Amino acid sequence: MKKEAEWHLMLYIAGQTPKSIKAFSNIKKYAEEHLKGIYSIEIIDLLVNPQLAEGDQILAVPTLVRRVPEPIRKIIGDLSNEERVLVGLNIKPLK
Amino acid sequence: MQKGKNSKPKTENFLFPKTPTGVEGLDEITEGGFPKGRPTLICGGAGCGKTLLSMQFIIKGITDYNESGVFMTFEEPSKDLSLNVKSLGFDLEQLKADKQLIVDHVRVERSEIEEAGEYDLEGLFIRLGHAIDTVKAKRVVLDTIESLFAGLDNQAILRAELRRLFQWLKDKGVTALITGERGETTLTRQGLEEYVSDCVIVLDHRVIDQVSTRRLRIVKYRGSTHGTNEYPFLIDQDGISVLPITSLKLNNEVSSEIVSTGVPGLDGMFEGRGFYRGSNILVSGTAGTAKTTIAAYFALEQCKRKEKTVYFAFEESPQQLIRNMRSIGVDLEPYIKNGYLQIHSSRPSLNGLELHLLTLRKMIRDFNPSTVIIDPISNLIAVGSEMEVRSMLVRLIDMLKLNNITALFTSLSKHHDQARPDLAEESVSSLIDTWITVRDMEGIGERNRGIFIIKSRGMGHSNQVREFVITNKGIQLLDVELGPNGILTGMARRTHEIDKQVSKIKLQGEIDRKDRDIARKRKTLESNIDALRNEFESVQEELSLLRRTEELQANIALEHEPKQKKK
Repeated sequence: MKKEAEWHLMLYIAGQTPKSIKAFSNIKKYAEEHLKGIYSIEIIDLLVNPQLAEGDQILAVPTLVRRVPEPIRKIIGDLSNEERVLVGLNIKPLK
Repeated sequence: MQKGKNSKPKTENFLFPKTPTGVEGLDEITEGGFPKGRPTLICGGAGCGKTLLSMQFIIKGITDYNESGVFMTFEEPSKDLSLNVKSLGFDLEQLKADKQLIVDHVRVERSEIEEAGEYDLEGLFIRLGHAIDTVKAKRVVLDTIESLFAGLDNQAILRAELRRLFQWLKDKGVTALITGERGETTLTRQGLEEYVSDCVIVLDHRVIDQVSTRRLRIVKYRGSTHGTNEYPFLIDQDGISVLPITSLKLNNEVSSEIVSTGVPGLDGMFEGRGFYRGSNILVSGTAGTAKTTIAAYFALEQCKRKEKTVYFAFEESPQQLIRNMRSIGVDLEPYIKNGYLQIHSSRPSLNGLELHLLTLRKMIRDFNPSTVIIDPISNLIAVGSEMEVRSMLVRLIDMLKLNNITALFTSLSKHHDQARPDLAEESVSSLIDTWITVRDMEGIGERNRGIFIIKSRGMGHSNQVREFVITNKGIQLLDVELGPNGILTGMARRTHEIDKQVSKIKLQGEIDRKDRDIARKRKTLESNIDALRNEFESVQEELSLLRRTEELQANIALEHEPKQKKK
């Protein structure tokens, strides 16, 4: 695990829907803000690779999965609620 | 939705497309199966067999109808599921390897998921769609979909998505089974699935008097008629089977072939010398009147004729029955060994009535016997009310008649002093074709057994009460012995026999004496006749002597006369 990939995030989407675009821009924004330089975001389009849905137990889209660091965390929705996303990803402790 | 069934004769021949369920009996109730290409909801409480029913639907679809399936489970991991149904003889791993089945475990863990904003369940759709496309599935099961509600917060989204899911399944053209937990006032917790499903089946698990019975009911079925009753069903080593109660038409074929009763002498009490094949016979009587013995005799006779027989013993274990019957010279064991006889023992309280009936039905189907013996039928009353017993017996008899099976039931009557029917008898007597009663006949300090025929449909029969004895050689019907006060039995019979013998000897003596008398009289008569004849003869002789003398005198006179004239 290299230093720049210390945070490995995956965003599962189903096509270029407004929700998935919004989710992507949101996570991009939060990551730039809090995890600059030490994160990578992989986008998986389930319409293209439907077989990948099973591995991460995806049922809702968009879903953001934090693969690294462990444990795996999942956040579903368009990530518009910043507070919940940051708490969910454990970037920010719950206050 | 249910239009045009009665109003338009044109549509009468139209058959609603259905998918066979693979569950025995359920196809009959649903008149063909679940609606093809539409979602069906299976709901019920915990442990009522939802998962099993849906699993059977998928597996039978693959094995019997060559339709691939997708089983999406929200509750059990796929490995557990494989293990669970393996005990029922279903090998999921093999089917998976053959690319006919996909089991997808969707894990919804509330602690792992954080909700932040708008989302939809497209991921689930894609997953399901992918699985369906991979094996070209025709059958889909979602078990249990409302786990989603436990894992996710946003009810509004979920409800909307669920609605979309049902529509999506329809568009996919798959026959889907969705299971749901039973709600408090609605059929399902969310009160949603039952409205969007085309067919709703409720499973139920009820305990009445400590006996549990599983039941199934079709609540709705769009576009089709269906059985509306509650049907009991059974889960055993072959999975689920349902027992339809509906077929109660009396149009079974009848046979006029006669089967022997097996009891020497009893045949003779029937004009046809036995029972009709396919008829049912009730042997009733109080305790210890040899009902089981008669039943065993009948079983033995059928086995000897190489007819398959099933003996349901609700009182004795097979070993005990065999031992007891051997003591009177009825050896059933060889027939068990060569496969003509099956003895099936169980406690009546083991199951509800319906399950007993189902077991019977399964055995009849698997073994295909031509004779069934139930010993005793009255024990079943212990597990049900009179009405239940009656309805069960009606169905049982109906089923047996349909299969042209000769059935013999024994029934224990409680009333001791008379032969009038008891509960079980009363409830079945009108259904029974031949009714034989064995009874105790008590008197002068002993107890004897009598047998008589109460009725025998379509056949003349004896009206006598015949006494019978059971020795180590078996049952023996004795000839009727009539005394001054009716039929004599036991000691009275023996006394009567001795009396008869004595009087016979007496009579013989009398006759002999009379004979001698007559002989003597004849002798006297004959000697009298001789004496008279002698007398007669002597008179006759005298007479002829006289006549001769007279003739002589006349002749002499004649000789003298002409001389005088010539002079």
